[in-house]
Amino acid sequence: MIRYTLSRLAGAIPTLLIIITLSFLLLHAAPGGPFDAQKQIPPAIKANIERMYHLDEPLYKQYARYLWNISSGDFGPSYQYRETSVNEIIREGFPIDALIGGAALLGALLIGLPIGIIAALRRNTYWDYLPMGLAMIGISIPVFVVAPILILVFAVNLHWLPAGGWVGISPSHIILPALALAAPYVAYVARLMRGSMVEVLNSPYILMARAKGVPEPLVILRHAMKPALMPLVSFLGPATAGIITGSIVIETIFGLPGIGRAFVDGALNRDYTLVLGVTILYGALIVFFNLLADISYSLLDPRVRYE
Amino acid sequence: MSAAPNQAVVSIPPVAAISAPAGRSLWADAMARLMQNRFAVASAILLGVIVFAAIIVPWISPYNYYTPQWALLDLPPTWHGGHIFGTDDLGRDLLVRVMWGCRISLFIGLIATIVSVVIGVLWGAAAGFVGGHVDSVMMRIVDILYSVPFIPFVIILVVMFGRDLFLIFVAIGAVSWLDIARIVRGQTLSLGNKEFIEAARASGVSGPSIVVRHLVPNLLGIVVIYATLTVPSVILFEAFLSFLGLGVQAPMTSLGVLVSDGASELQSYPYLLFIPAVFLALIVYCLNYLGDGLRDVLDPKER
Repeated sequence: MIRYTLSRLAGAIPTLLIIITLSFLLLHAAPGGPFDAQKQIPPAIKANIERMYHLDEPLYKQYARYLWNISSGDFGPSYQYRETSVNEIIREGFPIDALIGGAALLGALLIGLPIGIIAALRRNTYWDYLPMGLAMIGISIPVFVVAPILILVFAVNLHWLPAGGWVGISPSHIILPALALAAPYVAYVARLMRGSMVEVLNSPYILMARAKGVPEPLVILRHAMKPALMPLVSFLGPATAGIITGSIVIETIFGLPGIGRAFVDGALNRDYTLVLGVTILYGALIVFFNLLADISYSLLDPRVRYE
Repeated sequence: MSAAPNQAVVSIPPVAAISAPAGRSLWADAMARLMQNRFAVASAILLGVIVFAAIIVPWISPYNYYTPQWALLDLPPTWHGGHIFGTDDLGRDLLVRVMWGCRISLFIGLIATIVSVVIGVLWGAAAGFVGGHVDSVMMRIVDILYSVPFIPFVIILVVMFGRDLFLIFVAIGAVSWLDIARIVRGQTLSLGNKEFIEAARASGVSGPSIVVRHLVPNLLGIVVIYATLTVPSVILFEAFLSFLGLGVQAPMTSLGVLVSDGASELQSYPYLLFIPAVFLALIVYCLNYLGDGLRDVLDPKER
């Protein structure tokens, strides 16, 4: 188990290196540099600025310097915001994304799991068709349609919750963005749970449990629940990373100062270091959560043993 | 050379005398089963109607998608002048713009899906068929690409290399082929061990012929399923890019552009959001249902 974890961790390093190299080359292959937009700058001063950020060096030197800095956890200075490092931008923005994403994931599980289980138990009745049809709608409607409608209903008309903004950790400011972010994931969780529950309920050992007279609620909770949750575990890995990276739209609509919006602004302003830093962070999160999902899978399912 | 088999045939009793049931091909069987799925049939019909309207309406309408009418700004849906969906904030007919949006969104979905299917099928089939070290290297590459943050990458591509329609197709297609490659490889591996492939090899059919005549037709079912499910995800992704201002550029439009424009004026002119949002959701919904229906009839595991 420990050996498996270590080998997976070791395998993650080349993956991350490739992500770093790919994004680095892509950004530097793009036409135009970070200081091209400021046309008023005389060439001599521009050359000075570029020298300050080492942009005048050959590409391999810049790459080596960048790798060296990252290995000590330094993502470099932001080109766009003077006197601010990428580390500071991430440190300020990321907790907001993590908080909203965590709340969204929790909400998706709390709403999606019961719906999926009920649909599986009442298979091919309206208890199944209606929620599953709604789930399909949840998958089909983009977040940026759901979010303004939520704002219109709960903030503008009912005045229950604020329409956006960020005032530190305040539940009333988290609910709406988290709900909007969670909507498609509720649908995914419910569909996945229904599918695996139906499969588990058809297996012989459930028939056995019923035959020996185990009451139905116990059959579900004690016998069917755990194996039915297995596919969900492997879904949660990529989903967690997806929720955190997918919050760009939510941040824009609710006016949250997260890193998603900073990333898009950075890309528009050719802020190489910020874009690279955030891309690497996202890549690391994806690798980490996939690893976490695989390890918990092996802990939960006795049939899966990694060497 | 052909004498011996001919004689063997003659000795068999006439086949026509036995009243065998008419054989049905996999596809005829799948079609028949799909027809029994009412949701899938309804989805297909609705999708057909939308596609038909998207082609016909901009063609016969007296309005176009780009000429402003300054006297008719933000007109709610009305029979007056045939603006049945109303007009937008520049007085342009919303019906025509929504239909153009459907055209562009479906077109992007289709092209990006074709790109991803072509790359995915070739990559997966090659890895599965060749096997060995080539297979493990190719699949390791897919594993690594799975860890590449998809959304940031497309944003970088689009921002850095300009915002033309063609690039959006390629960018989305180039990052969404991974699923198809994995599935096709798995199918190819399991098909490669089947008896009929063995038989083809034994009777001297060449490698490329086996791929074209025996592997590809058997992969087609699974590819059709995933292609149907890739189109809606691409449409949603284009909408997402358009929302960030990185997708289709004005005055050309897409459902994503219309929805994000409408969302900003939700309080005063809700129809500007709801009408395109309904079309977007309908297209995605129908394609998802159709994909699910196709999976039920074409995926051997679902039998």
